[in-house]
Amino acid sequence: MILIAERINGMFTDVKKAIAEKDKQVIGELAKKQTEAGATYLDVNVGTAAADQEGTMQWLVESIQETCTTPLCLDSQKPGVIAAGLKVINAKGGVILNSTPLNKKTDEEIMDKYIEMAEQAGPKASIIALTMDKNGVPQDIDTRVAIAAEIVQKAMEKGFDSRRLFIDTIVLPVKVPNAQVQPCNILAAMDQIKYLADPAPHMTVGLSNISQGATERSLINRVFLAMAASHGLDSAIVDVLDEKLMNVVATAEMLMNKQIYSDSFLKVYTSVKKP
Amino acid sequence: MAVPEIAESFTGSVSRVTIGATKDSGGTRTSTVTVGGARNVVYGGSMEETSEKPVIAMDVLDSRPEDWPDALAEAYKDVFDSPGDWAKKCVEEFGAELICLKFEGIHPDKKDLDASHAVKITEEVAKAVGVPLVLWGCGNDEKDNQVMPKVSGAAKGENCLIGTAKEDNYKALTAIALADGHNLITHAPLDINIAKQVNILVSDMGFPLERIVTFQATGALGYGIEYAYSIQERQRLAALGGDKMMAMPAICDVGYESWRAKEAKLVDAPGWGAAGDRGPMWEATTAICLLQAGVDIIRMRHPRAAATVKNFINQIRKKD
Repeated sequence: MILIAERINGMFTDVKKAIAEKDKQVIGELAKKQTEAGATYLDVNVGTAAADQEGTMQWLVESIQETCTTPLCLDSQKPGVIAAGLKVINAKGGVILNSTPLNKKTDEEIMDKYIEMAEQAGPKASIIALTMDKNGVPQDIDTRVAIAAEIVQKAMEKGFDSRRLFIDTIVLPVKVPNAQVQPCNILAAMDQIKYLADPAPHMTVGLSNISQGATERSLINRVFLAMAASHGLDSAIVDVLDEKLMNVVATAEMLMNKQIYSDSFLKVYTSVKKP
Repeated sequence: MAVPEIAESFTGSVSRVTIGATKDSGGTRTSTVTVGGARNVVYGGSMEETSEKPVIAMDVLDSRPEDWPDALAEAYKDVFDSPGDWAKKCVEEFGAELICLKFEGIHPDKKDLDASHAVKITEEVAKAVGVPLVLWGCGNDEKDNQVMPKVSGAAKGENCLIGTAKEDNYKALTAIALADGHNLITHAPLDINIAKQVNILVSDMGFPLERIVTFQATGALGYGIEYAYSIQERQRLAALGGDKMMAMPAICDVGYESWRAKEAKLVDAPGWGAAGDRGPMWEATTAICLLQAGVDIIRMRHPRAAATVKNFINQIRKKD
């Protein structure tokens, strides 16, 4: 599974503080720890930590790349912030641009911009596209699939390889009133999205969102991840430092025959997956 | 209409293992052999993605074999009592690029020969030929643990391929291969889960993954080749998928397994064709089949079978 590590995000207080104090060491440590824990990519999100989002994105990228070469996932809804990160990044090992909706009321062409930036960033650059359009986040299965189909269609028209496309079906907090139907809706949507292109686009979710505000957060995250994996989820933005969660990833991949079983399958999962 | 490009591409690759050390690297070999390196399935992808050329390791036994059928013994009967001459014959007459010295005679149920015998034979063969060596124990854990460390020491610096390390008996051989600078064969009984586990166990002892060659056990044509084939295939696909614990080149034992088949050794079977031809054909067919599953080193016995397989390799790998 392609694991995008979520911790370098200005929403977390330690990261917010490090950004404010320009403390590279905190960021470098997080990058290193998440890489050792098995991250395929490191998500980089400025969050609400700074007014100068573009400059902060650049500072984060540079701070991380001083300590490790793990590919990054630049996380912003603003193309300008992504572009700023791309200016200073070494994207040789790949980069993910995270994320764009199909379109927005204020910017009909936003997905085109992300694709263009990915094309410029090199052959290993991918994008995450959300099943969301100018009408907002759909609640039902069919609209999610319809938007995903339009995303795939747009990528194809642009000659953008489906293997460079991640579709994020948007996980909503299960604790929100009437939201308990959503996890199953997402799984049903995934069942269809994987057939939209051959090779199939990747499917990803921002996993921790599902347990936002709930008790037993880690347990909820783990169980949903295993369920989604069996419906074709092959990537997730997760807390790779959650060891129990990582064990679920390793076990799910083994049970789905994506990793060959050995008595030490848990122990070797992260080392085996390292690029 | 243009022919569509259907070649799959993979992110992982099989590691490369070099066997043998020349004078420059502290050994006395006159040549080395490098195997592995595939970045695609056999016949898949571009020429750049294919493996190093597969090689044949010709078997030399440490003592006169008692049970070889005439059709096989014929080629070696003048050298049976001198493993050095035997190895020389394989290299000079039959073009072997690698010699597999199999210590059958040390087995307690066979001749129960001791470590000093094994050391003497190792030195004799190393002196007689310049090609790299594979050093293969008798399969009895206790005896191998006694003898193989001495054999390893006798070939120290030669960067041999030594085996075999098994799930329940890997520590002694792994430690000694590490100390003496040899490559290691990990061995599993046609069981991919155990194969992966042995690799993990020896790697936990600090043995570098890129110096391991796997032996999954071999079944001959008609005697389980399909199991060997599918395991080799699965190993290759796991390697290409990025599983570092399965990304090693593979060796198989075609000579021994093929000549156990009654179709290969039975003389009195007129309906099956000439006895002298059946054995080499059985051995060559088994080898060629396994080559297509992605095996990198093939242990063989009959010179005619080895020549057929070598010719096959050269035909399909003309660009090398």
